[in-house]
Amino acid sequence: MMSFNALIAIALGYVLLLFVVAFIAERRAARGHSNWLSSPWIYTLSLSIYCTAWTFYGAVGYAARSGLEFVTIYLGPTLVMVGWWWVLRRLVRIGRAQRITSIADLVSSRFGKSTQLGMIVTVISVIAATPYIALQLQSVTLSFAVFAQIEGGRWGQTDFNATAMWVAVGLAVFTVIFGTRNLDANERHHGVVIAIAVEAVVKLLALVAVGVFVVWGVAGGPAEMMTRIDQSEIELWTQDSSRWISLIFLSGAAFLCLPRMFQVLVVENSDERHLQVASWAFPLYLFFMSLFVVPIAVVGLDLLPAGSNPDLFVLTVPLYEGQGGLAILSFLGGFSSATSMVIVAVIALATMVSNHIVTPIWLSLQANQQAVMSGDVRRVILLSRRLSVAGILALGFLYYRMSGGGTALAAIGLISFTGAVQILPAMIGGIFWRGATGIGAAAGLITGLIVWMWTLFLPSFGVDAIIGQSVMDIGLFGVSWLRPQALFGVTELDPLVHGIMWSMLLNTAAFIVCSLMTFPGPLERLQGAQFVNVYDHSSAAPAWSAAATDAEDLLIMSQRIMGSAQAQALFQQEAIRQNKPGYLPEATPAFLERLERELAGSVGAATAHAMIGQLTGGSNVSVEDLIAVADEAAQILEYSNKLEAKSQEQERTARALRTANDKLTALSIQKDAFLSQISHELRTPMTSIRSFSDILRDNEMSEDDHSRYAGIIYDEAVRLTRLLDDLLDLSVLENGQVELHAQTGAVSTLLDRAVRAAGLQEGALKISREHANEDVVLTTDMDRLGQVFINLISNAGKYCDAQDPHLEIKIHQIAGDHVVDFIDNGSGIAPENEDLIFEKFSRVADGSKAGGAGLGLAICREIMNRLGGEVNYVASNKGAAFRVTLPKAKTAVALEQT
Amino acid sequence: MNRRTTQSVFLQRANYRQRRLRDGAKLVPFLGIILLAIPLAWSSDEVGDKVGASGVLYIFGVWVVLIILTAILSSRLREEPTDTETDNIAR
Repeated sequence: MMSFNALIAIALGYVLLLFVVAFIAERRAARGHSNWLSSPWIYTLSLSIYCTAWTFYGAVGYAARSGLEFVTIYLGPTLVMVGWWWVLRRLVRIGRAQRITSIADLVSSRFGKSTQLGMIVTVISVIAATPYIALQLQSVTLSFAVFAQIEGGRWGQTDFNATAMWVAVGLAVFTVIFGTRNLDANERHHGVVIAIAVEAVVKLLALVAVGVFVVWGVAGGPAEMMTRIDQSEIELWTQDSSRWISLIFLSGAAFLCLPRMFQVLVVENSDERHLQVASWAFPLYLFFMSLFVVPIAVVGLDLLPAGSNPDLFVLTVPLYEGQGGLAILSFLGGFSSATSMVIVAVIALATMVSNHIVTPIWLSLQANQQAVMSGDVRRVILLSRRLSVAGILALGFLYYRMSGGGTALAAIGLISFTGAVQILPAMIGGIFWRGATGIGAAAGLITGLIVWMWTLFLPSFGVDAIIGQSVMDIGLFGVSWLRPQALFGVTELDPLVHGIMWSMLLNTAAFIVCSLMTFPGPLERLQGAQFVNVYDHSSAAPAWSAAATDAEDLLIMSQRIMGSAQAQALFQQEAIRQNKPGYLPEATPAFLERLERELAGSVGAATAHAMIGQLTGGSNVSVEDLIAVADEAAQILEYSNKLEAKSQEQERTARALRTANDKLTALSIQKDAFLSQISHELRTPMTSIRSFSDILRDNEMSEDDHSRYAGIIYDEAVRLTRLLDDLLDLSVLENGQVELHAQTGAVSTLLDRAVRAAGLQEGALKISREHANEDVVLTTDMDRLGQVFINLISNAGKYCDAQDPHLEIKIHQIAGDHVVDFIDNGSGIAPENEDLIFEKFSRVADGSKAGGAGLGLAICREIMNRLGGEVNYVASNKGAAFRVTLPKAKTAVALEQT
Repeated sequence: MNRRTTQSVFLQRANYRQRRLRDGAKLVPFLGIILLAIPLAWSSDEVGDKVGASGVLYIFGVWVVLIILTAILSSRLREEPTDTETDNIAR
């Protein structure tokens, strides 16, 4: 028989082997030979940490006590794995897209990278995992004790404690060395994973070997085994259906929610396709792990003396049969189960504690962000991670000591599961329901934690340990509805089922109700969309606006977290990507996002977000920011519109000025021409008057001549007077000194008069009118209007250059106004002169033919303006066309006022 | 919602197979739940008719069926993306 010291030597040798394997794997991974390290088979085997020492040893005990119920613990994960397309695939995709480091990080990241949620989840996980770690220590210690007893030694409490302590210390050393070497959780712990895979094989082999020995070696074959099972005193099937369903649910949910399972399922997953293999290979593993449990239990009960601990049948049956080697293998299997579970659980929990509790607190204590050193955050996080590893193992050890390592501890496995499962509603809700909010998640988690503590965790310490017997019987404060194991008066349920049911129900209810009633923040909604629609867009939407961040500050911060070499490499990479090799990269939103993800891989999403937020001045996008940005953009747009309008106006003004200038120049020329013309006009009659009056003074002429000369003098004087009258008239009109006398009359009469007064030679100009339309009565200054008509008609007479001059006078209505058109059949006015004809002193045609001084149309325009009408030149294809728009009827008073 | 408009109504045979395989993969856990719920209806009222080895065989049998089903479906499933492209070609 094997000596106890030899056993210790074997155990140490095994541990050394694991060290070497882990070390080699790390080395290979560092050199890039990680192909076979990241195969789906390694992934599947790493999932086996689900099978802890509690299941390795305890399943047989469980089967001996409760029959087939033990199998629920394996059936739940089996269902989750075969249903991988539903939840696991989504979780893995999210984990990869968002660089999730732990289950706390998942929840925190989903709900707006909330620090508080990360803390809550971490606290729940630590509380739930501590008893479980204690359970592993107990298993290993007990298995040692079995061998010690065979040597005849009887272990006292101190021996147990010392063993448990040394195991804890050994685990802490291994975990610190291989679990906290690198900071980026996404770089994965190759050494740990490979060591776990080896342990997975060992424990499967051990259990199968014991099973094969029992079935073929002890019972004598499968058929005999079946008979033995049928004859066994174990009641395989208890009729408590609520436990069957609850436990399948519980184990399935725990498979997703346990921090250690999340670590291997999601964080350490290097390829989504591994799930396809693991989806059936892991259930197969579980199948073999549980296949021989019932036979071992049955044979153990048959063989061993009554009262022996069924939890240790896996060890004691081979020992009883004298199979020392098999017993050692079995011991190593149990040892593997315990250590692999503890290592991964502690790594996962330490990551959570350091990322979600220590770092946020440390950062908030660092009020002065100026004095920073490269890698200081990294050092703090690594240190906190190592201390967390030690702390969590110490907690487990303390729990083990306090509970005394008795049977109370064995019962706590499922209770611990129930605690971890409180994260399920927030997690599942978070990845499937966009309406889930952070407040809802926090409410659900806290409710679940309280209910779980009250109904399961606190009572598990035993009656009167924390909750007194009286409270158990009559409830808190005497309220019977608050009895820990009969909440709301539900007394008929098994305590465990009762606890699972109420904690999950109330947790989910609080989660849903609070989610429905609260409104998520902008970042939360952004993350929600990313998580729920992870298949549509696996890349994150930009959460950072292009902020006034210095790349140098970013580099300093990254160095604090990642260490200088790694940070500089990252920045150089980015600079090359931005085509700026040799310089610091621009702090573009895309780069900020990438950097945040990289940092999130080290310190968790919430901390990474907070740290970048600190630098960018909290310039991550909020609705307020968006509104501000939109406002600013709108203002700029408005301003530019204004500018544009102004410049257009200026352009218009310039154009108007140019036109005016052209006009002025033309006018000035005209004026010069006019001045010489008017001088000429004035001089001509004056010369005639002077010379003829000179002749008259001589008195040597006939009576006829005398009167002819006097007539010429008179005519010339009249012409002179008319010229002066016109000038005076225009000046009066322009100065607004004219008096208007309102009269009422018909346009036709006025036209008749105007045609007569135009002084046209008979038959020279043919005038056609439409008398039917001319019956328009209006009240205005008839004399002045008549003056306009006369002017237009006489102009036609003077300037119409057609062979057979003809003037058409038409009256009609345009837009409610009466207009009178005067259209002749001459050649009209050249377009370049259209602007000028209404100006004073302008005369388009040759002056010799005209009787006036070019003031007629200017006077017409002034008169019409005074009367409230218009006179315009209308381009026409016939000849010159003038349009007089008649004034609207005005009241006499209004006219008086003009 | 929008996806409906971008994808054609009818799929190529291969894509159709993939869709149904995916449906099948999604249904496996429900099949498992139903099969595993059956023992709830077993009666052990009569003392002599205890659920013995046959019960063990049933549970483990269901387990094997689930494993084989999942293994078949998983090995045939491939990742989804390309199906919109091929759909367009199929049209």
